[in-house]
Amino acid sequence: MENNGSREVSFYHDTGKHHGILAWLLSTDHKRIGLQYLAAIVLFFLVGVSLGVLIRLSLISPGTFMGAETYNRLFSVHGIIMIFLFIIPGLPVAFGNFFLPIMLGARDVAFPRLNRFTWWIYLTGATIIALSVLLPGGAPDTGWTFYAPYSIEVKANVGLAVFGVFVLGFSSILTGLNFVTTIHRLRAPGMTWFRMPIFAWTLYATGWVQMLATPVLAITLIFIVLGRVFGVGFFDPSKGGDPILYEHLFWTYSHPAVYIMVLPAMGIISEVIPVFARHRIFGYKAVAYSALGIAIVGYFVWGHHMFTSGMSDTSRAIFSFITFLVAVPSGIKIFNWVSTMYKGSIVMNSPFLFAVSFIFLFSIGGLTGLIIGSLAPNLHLHGTYFIVGHFHYVMFGGAGFALLTALHYWFPKMFGKMYSERPAKIGWLILFIGFNLLYFTMFILGYNGMPRRYFDYPPRYHTGHVLSTIGSWILAVGLIIIFANLIRALFKGEKAPSNPWGGGSFEWQIPSPPPHENFKERPVLKDNGH
Amino acid sequence: MENLEERDTLASKYGMWFFLFTEILFFGGMFLLYSIYRSKFPHEFHSAAQEENLVLGSVNTAILLTSSLLVAISISAVKKGRNGVSAVLQTCTVFLGAAFLAIKYFEWHEKIVRGIYPNAPQLDQMSNGTKLFFGLYYVMTGIHGLHVLIGMIVISFMVYFTLSGNITVRNFSKLENTGLYWHFVDIVWIYLYPLFYLVT
Repeated sequence: MENNGSREVSFYHDTGKHHGILAWLLSTDHKRIGLQYLAAIVLFFLVGVSLGVLIRLSLISPGTFMGAETYNRLFSVHGIIMIFLFIIPGLPVAFGNFFLPIMLGARDVAFPRLNRFTWWIYLTGATIIALSVLLPGGAPDTGWTFYAPYSIEVKANVGLAVFGVFVLGFSSILTGLNFVTTIHRLRAPGMTWFRMPIFAWTLYATGWVQMLATPVLAITLIFIVLGRVFGVGFFDPSKGGDPILYEHLFWTYSHPAVYIMVLPAMGIISEVIPVFARHRIFGYKAVAYSALGIAIVGYFVWGHHMFTSGMSDTSRAIFSFITFLVAVPSGIKIFNWVSTMYKGSIVMNSPFLFAVSFIFLFSIGGLTGLIIGSLAPNLHLHGTYFIVGHFHYVMFGGAGFALLTALHYWFPKMFGKMYSERPAKIGWLILFIGFNLLYFTMFILGYNGMPRRYFDYPPRYHTGHVLSTIGSWILAVGLIIIFANLIRALFKGEKAPSNPWGGGSFEWQIPSPPPHENFKERPVLKDNGH
Repeated sequence: MENLEERDTLASKYGMWFFLFTEILFFGGMFLLYSIYRSKFPHEFHSAAQEENLVLGSVNTAILLTSSLLVAISISAVKKGRNGVSAVLQTCTVFLGAAFLAIKYFEWHEKIVRGIYPNAPQLDQMSNGTKLFFGLYYVMTGIHGLHVLIGMIVISFMVYFTLSGNITVRNFSKLENTGLYWHFVDIVWIYLYPLFYLVT
C-alpha cells in the first residue's frame, strides 16, 4: 500500500473536543496516551542515566565528588526511578498503548477512560516520588528494595517514596487489566489467538503478571508505611516480626516484575527480527507459549534473591532448580530468533542492529543469571558487583535495548518522520562499546570480590572502577547521539511512508502517523499475519 | 456521544473479575502473614483471640451477609424493570454497610481505651505473639473496613444511576459488577470472622 497519509487526517490534528494541552491530558485516544507515557519514560530514563553516571563518577575517586550519605541516596534514587518510573511501566505503557490496539485491528483499548486514568495515576505516583527526593528530610537511602527493618526506622522520606511506588502499582495493575481484556475482546475478525503478533502475546503474559504480582507488592509496601506511621511491627524483630518475611513478600512481586520488564522487550524483538530478516518467525507457537511459560515459572523463583538471607537447604535447592527451569523458555526464544535469521536476507538497518545486540547482551545477562542461580557460586558472588553486572545486562541490555529497538522501529509510524540512518548506527556502535566496557568490567570486579553498594574500596579494585566509569561516559555519548538524532528527525525528518520496513502487521497498513481511531473500517486478517 | 460507542458488557465483566483477582492477592499477602505468625505463636494467638467480642463479630457477619443478599435481589429487580424497588434495596445495603462500620468502630474503640493498639505502652508489655495478633487484627479489619466504605460510596452512585435511568433493564452491567465487588468484600469478612473471633 502506498503512502496515503496526505488524504487522511492524522490523530495529531484530530484533537476531539479539547484543545491545547488538555487535548493530550484529557484524551482517551490510546495513541495520545502512549505518546505521553513515552515522553515521561524517556525523561525518567535520561534522569536515571544521569544519576548512574554520577554514581560511576563518585566511584573513580570516592569522597572527592560527594560524601557517603549522598552516594547512598544517589544509588537508591537511581534504582527507584529506573525501576518504578521507567522500566516497569516502560514498554507496555508506551509502545503497548500505541500499538496493541492497532496490531489487533481495534480502534482503541477495551477501557479507554480507564487508560487515561492510569496515566493520571502514573503522574501522581511520579510526583510523590519526586517529592520524596526533593523535600527536606532527605531522599531515600535504602536502595530501591526498601528492606525492612531499616526502611521502617530510617529518618529519610522513605514513607513518601514507598507510597509513590504503591500508587504507581495501581497504574500498572489497571494497565495490565486493560490490555488482557483488550486482547480477549477486541481482536479483529480472523485474528485467532495463534495469529496474533508476538508482541500482543508478550503483553498478554505481562498483563497477567502485572495483575497477579503487583498487589503483593502493594500490601507489602502498606506494611512498611503502617510500620513507620503506626508502629505496626510485622517486620520488626523487637515486636516479634520477621524481616526475612519482608524479603519474601518483596521478591514474590519483584522477581515476576523482572518479567514485566523483559517480556514486552522479547515481544518487540520478535516483531523486529522477522521483518528485517525477511523471513517469517521460526517456531511461532513455541515463541508464544514460551512467553506464557516465563510468566508462570517466573512466579516460583523469587527465593534465588535470598540464598544468603537465611533459608533452609531444601528450599534453596528447589529455588535453584526452578531458576534453571525458567531459563528454558528464554533459551527457546533466543534459539528461535537466531533460527529466524538463518537463511533470511537480512537488512542491516538500525532497528535490526539494536535487536541483534539485545540478543547478544540478553544472552550474557541470562547465562550469568545461571551462574548466580546455582547455590555454590551464589554464596561467593551474591554481595558483589557480579550481581550489578548481571542485572544491568538483563535490564539495560534487555529491556533498555528493546526500548531503543522499538523507538527506531516504530518511530516513522508514530511521528510520520524518518530519522537518519547513519547517526543512528554510529550512536548504536558507541553505546554498544560503552555498555560492555561499563558492565562487563563489573563481572570481573565482582568475581574478584568487590562488594556492591559500597562507597569506598581497597586500591586493588581501582583499575576496574576507572574502566567501568570510562565505559559510562562512552555509553552516555552514544545515548546523546541516538536521542539527538531522533529529536532532529522530529523537526527536520523526511516524511515517512506508511510501511518503510516492509512489515506485515496491521500498523503498517495504515498511514503514518495513524488517523484517529486507526482504521476506516474494521480490518480482517486474511493470511496468517506473521 | 455515549450512544455511538459500542457497548461490550462481557469486557466490563472480564475487567471486574480481573480486578477481583488482584484484590484476592492483595488480601492474600495479609492472610499469608496471619498464617505464618499463627503457626509461629499458636498459644498467644489463641489467648489473644479471647479478647475479641464474639457477639459483635457475629452480628457483623449477619449484617454483611444480609447486605449481600439485598444487592443480589436488587440486581434481579432491575432485570425485571423495577428500578424503584432496586434503589430501595441498594439504599438498605448502604445502611447495613454503615451499621457494620459503626459496630467495628465500637469494637476498636473498646480496645483502644484499654491500650490495645500498635505501639501502645500496655500492648508493648505483652508477648510478641499478642502484639502481632492485634497488629494483624487492626490492619486486616481496617483495610477490609476501607473496602466496605468504598463499596458504600460506589453503591450510593448506583442508587443515583438506578433512579436517573442510567441503569436499565438492558444495561445494568455497572450494577452487576458493583454487586460482584460487594460479594467479594463479604467473602473476605467470611474469612476474617473465624480467624479473629472463632479461633479461641
